[in-house]
Amino acid sequence: MLPGDFGQAILGQRALPETVAAFRKELGLDQPAYIRYLDWVGGILTGDFGQSFSGRNSSGMDRSRTVMDLLDQRLKNTLFLATMTALVAVPLSLFLGITAALYRNSLYDRVINATTLTTISTPEFFVAYILILFFSSLWGIFPSLANVDPRDTFDERLYKTILPALTLTLVIVAHMMRMTRAAIINLLASPYIEQARLKGISSAQVILRHALPNAWAPIATVIAFNLAYLVVGVVVVEVVFVYPGVGQLMVDAVRTRDIPVVQACAVIFAGTYIILNLIADIIGIITNPRLLHPR
Amino acid sequence: MTKETNTYSASGEVGSIRQRRTRWERSWLTLKKAPPTAIFGMIVILIYALVSIFAPLLAPFGEADSQFSAYQGFNKTHLLGTDQIGRDILTRLIYGARNTIGIALITTILSFVIGMSLGLIAAINRSYLDQALSRGVDVLMAIPSLIFALMLLSIFGSSTLSLICIMAVLDSTRVFRLTRAVSMNVVVMDYVEAAALRGEKLAWIMRREILPNIWPPLVAEFGLRFCFVFLAIAALSFLGVGIQPPTADWGTMVREMAALIQFAKYDILKGITPLLPAACIALLTVSVNFVVDWFLHLTSGIRDEQ
Amino acid sequence: MNNKQKGDILLEMKDVVIDGFSDDRWHEIIKGIDLTIRRGEVIGLIGESGAGKSTLGKAAMGFAQPGCRLTSGSIIFDSQELMTQPEKQKRKLWGSKIAYVAQSAAASFNPAHRLIDQTTESGIRHGLMTKQDAQADAIELYRAMQLPEADTIGFRYPHQVSGGQLQRAMTAMAMTSRPELIIFDEPTTALDVTTQVEVLASMRDAVAKFNTAAIYITHDLAVVAQMADRIMVLRYGETMEEAETTKMLKNPSHEYTKSLWSVRSIEKKATTSTDKILEVNNVSAAYGKNLNVLHDIKISVPRRKTVALVGESGSGKSTIARVVTGLLPANAGEVLFNGEPLPAALSGRSTKQLQKIQMIYQMADTAMNPRHTVGEIIGRPLEFYLGLKGEAKETRIIELLEMIELDESFFDRLPGELSGGQKQRICIARALAAEPELIICDEVTSALDQIVQEGILKLLLKLQNDLGVSYIFITHDIATVRAISDEIVVMLEGKVIEQGMKDEIFSPPHPEYTELLLSSVPEMDPNWLTELLKKRATG
Repeated sequence: MLPGDFGQAILGQRALPETVAAFRKELGLDQPAYIRYLDWVGGILTGDFGQSFSGRNSSGMDRSRTVMDLLDQRLKNTLFLATMTALVAVPLSLFLGITAALYRNSLYDRVINATTLTTISTPEFFVAYILILFFSSLWGIFPSLANVDPRDTFDERLYKTILPALTLTLVIVAHMMRMTRAAIINLLASPYIEQARLKGISSAQVILRHALPNAWAPIATVIAFNLAYLVVGVVVVEVVFVYPGVGQLMVDAVRTRDIPVVQACAVIFAGTYIILNLIADIIGIITNPRLLHPR
Repeated sequence: MTKETNTYSASGEVGSIRQRRTRWERSWLTLKKAPPTAIFGMIVILIYALVSIFAPLLAPFGEADSQFSAYQGFNKTHLLGTDQIGRDILTRLIYGARNTIGIALITTILSFVIGMSLGLIAAINRSYLDQALSRGVDVLMAIPSLIFALMLLSIFGSSTLSLICIMAVLDSTRVFRLTRAVSMNVVVMDYVEAAALRGEKLAWIMRREILPNIWPPLVAEFGLRFCFVFLAIAALSFLGVGIQPPTADWGTMVREMAALIQFAKYDILKGITPLLPAACIALLTVSVNFVVDWFLHLTSGIRDEQ
Repeated sequence: MNNKQKGDILLEMKDVVIDGFSDDRWHEIIKGIDLTIRRGEVIGLIGESGAGKSTLGKAAMGFAQPGCRLTSGSIIFDSQELMTQPEKQKRKLWGSKIAYVAQSAAASFNPAHRLIDQTTESGIRHGLMTKQDAQADAIELYRAMQLPEADTIGFRYPHQVSGGQLQRAMTAMAMTSRPELIIFDEPTTALDVTTQVEVLASMRDAVAKFNTAAIYITHDLAVVAQMADRIMVLRYGETMEEAETTKMLKNPSHEYTKSLWSVRSIEKKATTSTDKILEVNNVSAAYGKNLNVLHDIKISVPRRKTVALVGESGSGKSTIARVVTGLLPANAGEVLFNGEPLPAALSGRSTKQLQKIQMIYQMADTAMNPRHTVGEIIGRPLEFYLGLKGEAKETRIIELLEMIELDESFFDRLPGELSGGQKQRICIARALAAEPELIICDEVTSALDQIVQEGILKLLLKLQNDLGVSYIFITHDIATVRAISDEIVVMLEGKVIEQGMKDEIFSPPHPEYTELLLSSVPEMDPNWLTELLKKRATG
């Protein structure tokens, strides 16, 4: 269904046209595009992403695996890493963002701002290697290879995943904190916040009672938006730490142009991202008083 | 009528009176008032630009010259040592500036050409065309761009040309959205309506009424998009699917030399070599961000203090 | 409830200086003002935009507006110095002894909470009453503010209630803790005149009933005359004049104070002509596929005369302008210009037709491209319609600048370097440059200060005299109508209620709505509101 002839790529430019044709037939590439597309969509719906191209041989023995097979354990690994990061990063960045907004232009705010601006401008792999340099090479506290294995205990797994998770956390917290800060400052500029202050309500109460109920929608959007950075970060970080997850699988598949695997990975990443955004939109709708209490 | 109201004159009314200066004088004045971060940023950008332009003059050796022994430490001939196949690292860094920045710049310009023209058309047209473009962009943006880029690269193969085109198209979606949004704010202004009432042609309105009013946010966005594209291309190269060897580029250099970091305990200088190209990337993006921050502060006039 | 004597000093501000931050430095915006308020007294703060009245009002609470700081002086409220007190201390006063009523109630109510929860909040937080008592009290207050369905209206959310009702609920909210001082910050500015009357009445009653002292901030002298015992006139952060209301109205001592009602001093003798330049015949129009917003409109504009379109927001008066200019093609009916039908849509009209009808907008700020110089702005129609170039164009631009009482030094300025009145003059010059026969003025003076309004209106009258242009003048301000119009069209909900000569419309008998509209316009008489209410009560 996609351009780029895998048959030609695998067999080389000098392959006989008949060989290529046979190979294409085996892979089903000779079918019309729409049939292959429908097959593929039908497959996804039943949890079947098809066969990986690699490991196949046009001359008989088939050592290839199904994409599902390749994905299974790796998907769990990636989810583990992402969840761990999100659990730390989301509360941390909300806390930093809200406090920075409250004490804006203070020394605290400026330090946080400068730090996060620097972190944002830095490639993920730079952060990762700096952490490796200190925590692994120089001090030897954590392993630089996060080669988790299904047989690991939870503690072992956690220990191995700490550096990649820390890298991701640093990158995401920077983005998310800045956006949270902007959203909260925007909110605090509303006239009703000033009115609440002029009613003599304490700062804490102003935030909790007057700002927060209106902040769910922007905060949810910020979180969902930033989990996109998580997705991107996961790919790079997995490669740096040789972490056996979907991101690394995808990069390998892109290098070998193993399109079924690339497609499957892309569907997983994009699907996650779209669902998160959908949830954010739903939160935005259900917390909007205008929609909660129609006229 | 009383005396005072009789002597009232329209030209005597207090406007914000400003000394008349040429454009050049004004820019110099604002430049002098720039905060240290912005000045730092501008100096760094200037140095990077000079290094990229004069790379062949500055570099001690050839770009793909691999005649030296591999893994040399810092020494007099090779100030920063040599890499795994015996190329001078300083040379690679200098050429890397040229290639990495050059490709990112071309990509960003291309993405602006696409995004801006479509954005302007959508903002003015406001009919089915706007709908079609906006929904198309929604679809492209529903997927994180690195993932999309990886998918497209697997289809079209990793060449510099496809890299530039893919990144430009993906990035143009954000330019499109911004252009459309800011032009929309300008299009609803009374002066655009006044021009339409006068009977002006669409092209005139676009060029004379809209463009001059949307350029500040777009210039700022250009800086931010450049950073983003630059980081994305570096990430792709780092993953081995971006700029391909033997072209020197910072992302690839990090990947190729990554293993050296394990030796930091024995030779700290050798250990940090893989961080050098990464630091080059970070320094440039930080600098651009500093300058953009200042520029936004200058043009928006909206400050968030208190 | 006041165990302290009426007439005791409640608030004393001495030599208060407030700085505001702009253009990267601090400027004095309040330059040493003294203000004393006694218990139970209502003082009016009046001034034009930028006078610093809102900043001063908030400073009376010890609150520095965002971007401002209280620099020096003393603010003594009930023998406490607020200038130096930490915010934590001041907060005990805010919402209990001093309350604040904001200009835009719609924006100042938190959209996430019910009205009653916001009304009772400060009372409960300050520990003045229990939730139950507070709610019962709030309902009483709603009733006192003459809100409909007082028992249940508090259980609605802000977006479920109309603007005028919100403004009254906000006053109730301020009253809930029975404060000793309330600050009203332009509370009726955003409301239509007919709504304003009811809100003013209920606010005045509430203040009188609870014997509360108040600072009433507004730019409208007639409004403040109804509310205040004493009036203080502010300009550029300085006190111009301070006096008892009746005394100030009868005998203002400062020239500036007189200029505050200068528009009311213009009188034009209404005349008419049978030569119609524009006729709008049975026009109906709608935005998109929605219901019609104009219904069967029939009006005409005599040559060299001014027709004022009067109505409140949503009456469709601006929509008529859009139909005449062709921005909104009518569904039905026709528009005749000099006896010839105009194509409905803008795109169908010839350059000649476009040239002869020009438009001036309410907000001169948005009507001029901020990046074009005055010369470019006025020069473009000269070039576009008349083909003038080079020196001829330049000479004509300077002629036009002189016509609007400016000079050639303005040629190279950008709109950002002009004052509000100057901007509007440039817009007039741009319209004149096209040599039009009809100019549509859409609320052209409503964003301007009184004295500037007067200048603009006089200029428009003079230009009509000299050049013979006709005006359609869209406005909601009756004083402006009186000043400039020959004929008047009264509009309500997209229909024409009444049209005729100015004197005819202003003299009884009126249709019901015209009566309501005209009688709701505040007059410079402190007893106006009282008498109006008496009259309305007896029918």
